[in-house]
Amino acid sequence: MPSFIQSANLLPPRMDLDLQNALTPTPHPLEADPLPRSKSNTGAPAGISSPANRRRRWFHNDSAMFWLMMSPAILGFLTFSAGPMLSSLYLSCTKYDVVSSPRWVGVDNYLYLLRHDPAFWPSVKVTAVYAAVSVPLSLVIALLIAMLLNQRIFARNLFRTIFFLPTLLPATASGVVWVWIFDPTRGLLNHALASVGILGPAWMHSTTWALPALIIMSLWGFGGAMIIFLAGLQEVPRQLYEAAELDGAGSWNQFYHVTLPMISPVLFFNLVMGIIGALKAFDLAFVTSTAAGAGAGGPARATLFYTLNLYQKSFNYFHMGLGSAMAWMLFAAILLLTAINFVLGKRWVHTS
Amino acid sequence: MTNVEGMTTSKTPVPRRWLIWLCLLAGSVVMLLPLAWMILTSLKTFPETLADPPAWIPAHFQWGNYLTAIRGFEFSRYFANSVFVTVACIAGTLVSSCLTAYALVAYKVRGNNLVFGLLLATLMLPGQVTVIPLFRLYVGLHWINTFRPLIVPSWFGGNVFAMFLLRQFFLQIPRDYIEAARIDGASELRILATIFVPLAKPALLTIAVFTFIGTWNDLWGPLIYLYDEKLYTLPLGLMQFIGIAGNAQGTPWQLVMAVSTIMMIPVVIVFFLAQKRFIEGISAAGIKG
Repeated sequence: MPSFIQSANLLPPRMDLDLQNALTPTPHPLEADPLPRSKSNTGAPAGISSPANRRRRWFHNDSAMFWLMMSPAILGFLTFSAGPMLSSLYLSCTKYDVVSSPRWVGVDNYLYLLRHDPAFWPSVKVTAVYAAVSVPLSLVIALLIAMLLNQRIFARNLFRTIFFLPTLLPATASGVVWVWIFDPTRGLLNHALASVGILGPAWMHSTTWALPALIIMSLWGFGGAMIIFLAGLQEVPRQLYEAAELDGAGSWNQFYHVTLPMISPVLFFNLVMGIIGALKAFDLAFVTSTAAGAGAGGPARATLFYTLNLYQKSFNYFHMGLGSAMAWMLFAAILLLTAINFVLGKRWVHTS
Repeated sequence: MTNVEGMTTSKTPVPRRWLIWLCLLAGSVVMLLPLAWMILTSLKTFPETLADPPAWIPAHFQWGNYLTAIRGFEFSRYFANSVFVTVACIAGTLVSSCLTAYALVAYKVRGNNLVFGLLLATLMLPGQVTVIPLFRLYVGLHWINTFRPLIVPSWFGGNVFAMFLLRQFFLQIPRDYIEAARIDGASELRILATIFVPLAKPALLTIAVFTFIGTWNDLWGPLIYLYDEKLYTLPLGLMQFIGIAGNAQGTPWQLVMAVSTIMMIPVVIVFFLAQKRFIEGISAAGIKG
C-alpha cells in the first residue's frame, strides 16, 4: 500500500501541468476532468492522514488508479511491441547472428535483399499471387454462402456450424490431411479427377501446381469472413428490400443497390483483414510443404511464402539482420496496402 | 430457428429455397470431406491407406491406431505441455484484459484515449516484425527453451483484441454502479471483481474460447522459442512427426491422422460448447471494429 501512495503522489504535479495546458481552447470531453482532484490531493491539510482518509484519497485519485491498473499493459506494450518494433528497425541495419553482437551495415541488408538475394523476389511473388487469388476468391465464397445462410431455411444453424468449423482447426492437423488428399498417386483428388478422365497434376510435388494447391486449401477457411458477412447482412433493414421490390428491382438490382452498399463496411473489414492475413500466411505452407516431403517452401521455392523465407533466414541460418529487414518491408507493405485500402474505401464504403 | 409462419411469409419462393438448401448441402459435404477422410484414414491399416483406388471405409476399424500413436509419439507429454501453456495464457489474458478494460472504462483521465489508441495500434503490427528483437530479449533473459515467451506476454496485455472486446462490453455497464459502489466503500478491485466481472461473463467466455483456440493451434511461437523436445506442444510435436515421416518411405499416415484427429478434438468440443460465443466474438470484431 505505501508504494501505491507514493506513486499516487508522484502524479499530481503532472496533472497540474495538464490543467495549465487545458487552458487551450477545446479539451476533449472525455479527458476534461470535472473535479480537479489533484488540488485536493496536493493541498490536503497535513493533519488528516489517518489510514481511512488516505484510503479515500487514494480511491478518488482516478489518474493514479488509471496508470496503476494500466501499468502491466503499458509495460507489456513497451517490452513486447513498441520496443521490439524500434529495435527491429535498428537490427535491420546490422549484421546480426545472435551469438555476436550486431554490427552496423546501414541499408546493405535492404539492398542485398532487393538486388542479390535469390529467395527474396520468388517469395514476394508467391505471397503476392497467393493474396491476389485467395483473398478475392474466399471473399466471394464467404459472401455467397452468407447470403444463402441469410434465408429462412431448414437446419440453418447446422450449416453455419459446418462452414465455420474448419477455420478453427489447427493448420498442422488439417495440413497433413490436405497433403494426403493432394497426393499425386494415392490422393483422393487425383482419383476423383481420373474418374472423369483428367490426369491430375503432381500438386505439392510440382513447381507449377503447389501454389494453386495451397490456394485451394486456404479456401477451406473462409468461415471467419462468412460469419462477419452474416452479421452484416442481418443488420440490413428489411424495409429496404421491400422498398426496392416496390420499385421493381429484381434480385440482382436488390443485391447491387441494397445489399452491397449496406454491407460495404463489413466487406471492407474482411478485405483489409484478408489481405493482412494473406501477407502473413505461414502455417499452412510450412506444414504442407514439409509433410509433402518437398522441404519447407518447396518444391524449388514454389511455396516459399514471404514469412517462410523470413523464418528460414532468421531462425535456420540466423541471418537476423536480413530477417529484420524483411520484417520491416512486410510491415511497410501491410501499412501501405491498408492505407491504399482506406483511400480507395472512401469511394465505395457506404457510411450511414 | 425456422418457424413455420416465417417460412410461409418469407419472400423466397419454395422451389428456390430448395435449390438454396441443396447448394448448402453440397457445400457442407465438401467442407466435411477432409475431416471425414482424416478420421477414416486414422482407422485404417497401413496397406489400406495405400489402396488403389482409395477405399473410404476400412474393413475393420483399427481403434488400436490411436493407442499406437499415443505411445509411439510422446503424445501425453506434448498434450500436457499444450494444456499447460493454453491454461496459463487464458488465465493471463482474462486477468490482464479485465484490469486494462476496467481502467479504460472507469477512469476518464487525460491520456486514456491515447493509451487505448496506442494499444489498439499494435493490432496492426505483424508478429514477424517483433520476433527477432523478442528472440534476442529472451536469449538475454534465458527464456529460450522455456514456456515463458509463450505465456508472459499474455499477462501483460498481450491480447489487445481481448482488451478491446471487454472494453466495449464494460462500456455498456452504467457508470452509476461504480459511483454507488464507491460510496459504499468498495475498493476498485472489488468493484471490478464483484460487479464488472459477473456482468461481463459472456464477453469473458468469448475471450477465453478465442485464447484457447489461438494458443492451442499456435505453431509459430513454439517453433521459434522451444528447442527441447520435452517442451514441445502438440502442433510442434506433430510437425516433428511429419518432418520425419514426410521424408521416409512408407509414412504411417494412419498414425499421423490419428494424432491430428486427437489434436482437433478439444477444438471441436470447445467449439460446440461455445458456438454462440464464437459467432458473437467474430461478428463483434467485424461490426464494431
